[in-house]
Amino acid sequence: MRELSVEKITQAVADLCVEACCRLPEDMRKAFATARDSEPSAVGRDILGQLLENADIAREETVPICQDTGLAVIFADLGQDLHITGGDFTEAVNLGVHKGYVEGYLRKSSVAEPLFERKNTGDNTPCVLHLRLVPGDRLRLRLAPKGAGSENKSMLKMLVPADGLEGVRKTVLEAVTVAGPNACPPMVVGVGIGGNMELCCLLAKRAAARDLHSRNPDPRYAALEDELLDMVNRSGIGPQGLGGVTTALAVHVEWAATHIAQLPCAVNINCHAARHAEILL
Amino acid sequence: MSDVRYIKAPFDEATARSLRAGESVRISGVILAARDAAHQRLCACLDQGEPLPCDLQGHVVYYVGPSPAKPGQAIGSAGPTTSGRMDAYTPRLLACGLRGMIGKGYRKPEVVEAMKQYGVPYMAAVGGAGALISRAIKKYTVLAWPELGPEALALMEVEQFPAIVVIDCLGNNQYEAGQAPYKKL
Ligand code: SF4
Repeated sequence: MRELSVEKITQAVADLCVEACCRLPEDMRKAFATARDSEPSAVGRDILGQLLENADIAREETVPICQDTGLAVIFADLGQDLHITGGDFTEAVNLGVHKGYVEGYLRKSSVAEPLFERKNTGDNTPCVLHLRLVPGDRLRLRLAPKGAGSENKSMLKMLVPADGLEGVRKTVLEAVTVAGPNACPPMVVGVGIGGNMELCCLLAKRAAARDLHSRNPDPRYAALEDELLDMVNRSGIGPQGLGGVTTALAVHVEWAATHIAQLPCAVNINCHAARHAEILL
Repeated sequence: MSDVRYIKAPFDEATARSLRAGESVRISGVILAARDAAHQRLCACLDQGEPLPCDLQGHVVYYVGPSPAKPGQAIGSAGPTTSGRMDAYTPRLLACGLRGMIGKGYRKPEVVEAMKQYGVPYMAAVGGAGALISRAIKKYTVLAWPELGPEALALMEVEQFPAIVVIDCLGNNQYEAGQAPYKKL
């Protein structure tokens, strides 16, 4: 059986934290440039230019793209034939977050308890870990730090089958409209359809963390992604909510089987700092 | 952008009242930095009749919680945070003489009413452009509550800090005016 030590996992997570927070994926950068050339609003063009410059400074100086380096959301796909050695997996991942955020000069935004004391844990732990057991003997770690401005604009609607496609359209438009400038557009919109309450939210989160130009493999859902993107970009919100046609750079949809009486729909908005980094160990 | 107005902070009353929604500005001088926890504590001081850690008269507040400075930097990334979370506290601080706000996102009608009453503009910095904006911040000095970390009340020396006036003291709103021509639904 293949073995992987917890030390390796910790170091990989620490590196991913800095990588994700300071280096915007190249496809996002290119999308800013393309949008700047086609955005009719002068203010919008100016903002997209500033976002490009910002991403370049962050990359060159290894400083965070955005000061809100978020909660560390980690998707771990663990091969069932991999043996993790030397300690506790979750602890190793959190130690990596500690190391990455403390040594990487990233902002610590995690409070230990939500309601009464709200005391900062000082190292951005604990992370939000989504663990999935998969075939094989490798470990895939995808880290997607998520700031509060966009996360606070998430939405879940427990639609019913009769609401259908129109219900999904309305939900997405409502979420994007309510979010507006608060979610730092241009956004990447993640939509979950189906499953039950908690699965639907997770689908939306996975959708928001997908690579910018990825498409749903089902052609019907890929077409829906295009249609929803077009709709969102006719909302007028534009870069930073100051008006224009670049409200979102992508809408990603993920779906799952659901109950005969349900059509849950969740929206998780990612801001233009749509950060993620991945490693296969 | 072509028309940029260069202004000094703290604001005098005439400057605050003359700013118009849609104007691009570059702010130089000294501004305050405060977000959720500092706002809560400022209001707690007012509740208890204690003096504030600094006189708010004429000050512009920037809603920000910077990332830590690397060695040799004045400040880490320092873009705006969502202003709406400060809405509950804002009218009281405007009544204490606060004369400008910088953040991102929508404000509640009560805040806009208080802005009209006290002649205060609300400006937006580009959300998420923290690395770029930090270049306009030359010095960051914690004024009070250092235990709040990135949420401490601080003073910032700024040079040509870039912002756009979003809501002016007459209630004109650039989010609404800017979006309307592109809304095609
Ligand atoms: S919404 Fe995103 S870009 Fe905007 S401040 Fe939050 S993390 Fe940064």
